[in-house]
Amino acid sequence: MNALLQSTPRGLYCPAGDFYVDPRVPVERAVVSHAHSDHARWGCKRYLAAQKSEQLLRMRLSPDAQFHFLAFGESHAVNGVKLSFHPAGHMLGSAQVRIEHRGQVAVVTGDYKLGDDPTCESWQPIHCDLMVTESTFGLPVYRWPSEQVTMAAINEWWRANQAIGKCSVLYGYAIGKSQRLLAGLDSTVGPIYTHGAVEKGVQAYRRSGVRLPKTTYVGTIRGKHDWSKAMVVAVPSAHGTPWMRRFGRASTAMASGWMAVRGSRRRRSVDRGFVVSDHVDWPTLLQAIDACDPDRVWVTHGYSAVVARYLNEAGRDAQAIDSGLRTEQDEDAAASLATDDGSDADTDGNSERETPPAP
Amino acid sequence: MIDFAALYHRLDSTTKTNEKIAAMADYFGLANPADAAWATYFLSGGKLRRLVPTKLLRQWAAEAAGIPSWLFDESYQSVGDLAETISLIVPPGESREEMPLSLWITSKLEPLKTLSEDQQRDAVLEIWQQTDPQMRFVVMKLITGAFRVGVSKRLVTRAIAQFAQTSHPDITADVVSHRLMGDWQPSAAAFQRLMNPDVEDAVVSQPYPFCLAHPLDTAAGPGALGSAHEFLAEWKWDGIRGQVIRRQGQTFVWSRGEELMEGRWPEIEAAAESLPNGTVVDGEILAALASGQVLQFAQLQRRIGRKSIGKKLLAEVPVIFHAFDLLEEDGTDIRDQPLAYRRQRLEAVVHQVDHPHLCLTQLITGSSWADWSNIRETSREMNAEGLMLKRRDGRYDVGRVRGNWWKWKVEPYTIDAVLIYAQKGHGKRSSLFTDYTFALWQGDTLVPFAKAYSGLTDAEIQQVDQFVRKNTKESFGPVRSVTPELVMELAFEGLQRSKRHKSGIATRFPRILRWRHDKRPADANRLSDLLELLPSE
Repeated sequence: MNALLQSTPRGLYCPAGDFYVDPRVPVERAVVSHAHSDHARWGCKRYLAAQKSEQLLRMRLSPDAQFHFLAFGESHAVNGVKLSFHPAGHMLGSAQVRIEHRGQVAVVTGDYKLGDDPTCESWQPIHCDLMVTESTFGLPVYRWPSEQVTMAAINEWWRANQAIGKCSVLYGYAIGKSQRLLAGLDSTVGPIYTHGAVEKGVQAYRRSGVRLPKTTYVGTIRGKHDWSKAMVVAVPSAHGTPWMRRFGRASTAMASGWMAVRGSRRRRSVDRGFVVSDHVDWPTLLQAIDACDPDRVWVTHGYSAVVARYLNEAGRDAQAIDSGLRTEQDEDAAASLATDDGSDADTDGNSERETPPAP
Repeated sequence: MIDFAALYHRLDSTTKTNEKIAAMADYFGLANPADAAWATYFLSGGKLRRLVPTKLLRQWAAEAAGIPSWLFDESYQSVGDLAETISLIVPPGESREEMPLSLWITSKLEPLKTLSEDQQRDAVLEIWQQTDPQMRFVVMKLITGAFRVGVSKRLVTRAIAQFAQTSHPDITADVVSHRLMGDWQPSAAAFQRLMNPDVEDAVVSQPYPFCLAHPLDTAAGPGALGSAHEFLAEWKWDGIRGQVIRRQGQTFVWSRGEELMEGRWPEIEAAAESLPNGTVVDGEILAALASGQVLQFAQLQRRIGRKSIGKKLLAEVPVIFHAFDLLEEDGTDIRDQPLAYRRQRLEAVVHQVDHPHLCLTQLITGSSWADWSNIRETSREMNAEGLMLKRRDGRYDVGRVRGNWWKWKVEPYTIDAVLIYAQKGHGKRSSLFTDYTFALWQGDTLVPFAKAYSGLTDAEIQQVDQFVRKNTKESFGPVRSVTPELVMELAFEGLQRSKRHKSGIATRFPRILRWRHDKRPADANRLSDLLELLPSE
């Protein structure tokens, strides 16, 4: 077992610093990589996170907790362990956690992606001895098209719907994915509306200084309204609920990495699937590991065993540590649980009673 | 090929019939005749003979992706489709060569068959280099022979007709069906023949529009129709309505869905060989024993949808054409003649043919409504749905016209059942829980026995929808199990034993008759009540 980090049932634990990284249960001291609820657990006493995630974490977590935020690259000592946050490129404020003690460096990637995202800082490679990487899309069938191509296709779909008088409803997880989509929408095409859960995220993003196009919260529209030119960005759980009826004739699309596979697309029963992911795909996962060039790799969150086996055969010291959040056995559960969203409002029952955004 | 790949993805991304037809019609409008011919061939279920062993394709794809074979297998298991796994796993091609579909087939795909393994490998790798994932997926579907995109042959013919009719209104879907008959080989010339505005060739197979019966209000009875003497009565069979055409030495069997049922009913086609040329007979295809005993619809169902019919099935479920009308005799349309005359001519024709698989449907004796009413009560024993009443002097109408033909069905079976599962509907009902599963009591447990989708008013559906949302116990995928509280009266036409149903019984045409607000779940019927309704065996 590595002295610097241990994989425990409660999550990754640093014995020297006595803290957990993205713990799965409430603990005394939590270091949080980003604001999605499978990483930022409710109920911990103290949270240490990147400054840029402040707005989102305060929105999500108990106000009674103690927060401490660090700017990207700023170091902080926890019981003699040197800790710093570095951009992970997954969403606003998402960070890799760098942990240094007695000359050993470990990096926990959290969720991350390479490539452009106008709503957050880009991932940076960090040399380390131990790299703990996610593997949500750790199969060679996952290979993302470029951001520009996908956003152009989404805007094109929107225009085509307008031409036949249909409202466009685009589903993305409430926080992170939705705002990234909004940033890529061409606001000259028509008016953009948001689902309540998405709007809350939009407001937190704006408070953090991210520029997004003008949006209108759907809940502020009363009575008859012409939706035929509109783009509505909503959470996936809104699909097929009475909330949707107001839009009349609508075309629906899901934006997610899972949409790369036809079966997942069809199971969602949406009209279109756009491949937009905030995780590394197969080529960038390998590229990231090569760039960080660690002595050892721990693989978690997804196709851990597959990726570890592949890395071993390629001559790296790698092992799967199972976090039990996203398992390769249950891709579907991963698709719905793995919550780029994290929004607790994301069960079918709840989202039907849409909550208005905070003022 | 780019257009064809785009068509595939358009078809794949909708479940709506009209959108599928429009997508195909648009494609036919753009494509050259040779491409359109190949598209027609693949869309209606045609395949290329297996070109390359799939084992080799998997091996080459793993090599091209730079991954070990176990990782290819892991990926395949996750994706669940070989062509798709290959199209995703091999790095995207660099160039995107535009070559028409027909050239792809004849110059790239078909020649694969004759190449050595090494040459095949080079050719396949070249194809991968020249295609992006979307197009590669379609090409691999063609190579692996697994091209399916959820359109029927009938839908393809409708799309071709829709496109053709923009310039040649005579080219109906029936004309296209006729021209696609037999072993149709794709080529530019073949597609041009499909588009030939002179439809004389297809006249030989053309059916007449079916005359449909109007339902008789069972509560009011037939009294208002006039005197029973003005009518003939027949059994209302539960089979497949069909029109048998014999012209110019050829036989055509059409369904009421205006589908040409080629090769599906060999016994009936054999019987039709003996019909004189210029004969069109209307009747019902029924599973029936040599004794004439008509079998239940479920038996006939075993033969529906089968493209090839094995000897065993032919022996177990023989079919007989029960003729009840003659529409054309000696090449003359006699639909304007009175029924009594047509029936007399039909009897003459059928007797002359004297074939065991072509019979006259029996006229039911009786001289009063009361006689027929009593006989109607025995419909279920005959595996019939009730009686048909047809005006003796009536013409053969087009479509469902009030007056000449009446269907007088038996009262449906009814039973009070408890709603236990609900699922969202489709189309405009897609945000509402409209599809329900009902259960009956067996001891203390509720055993599901039927699904029903229709019968409630919109307002009632809203109420049930609210109930389901508030009383969900568990979700299994799209299905919700709910607290068993709502009792509804279901009606259904028939029932029979079934090994596939938990209850051991299958119902035919179950629907909701009314919501029994007055009943509690405990008041619902028991499964044993349903079993008592089973016809004796």
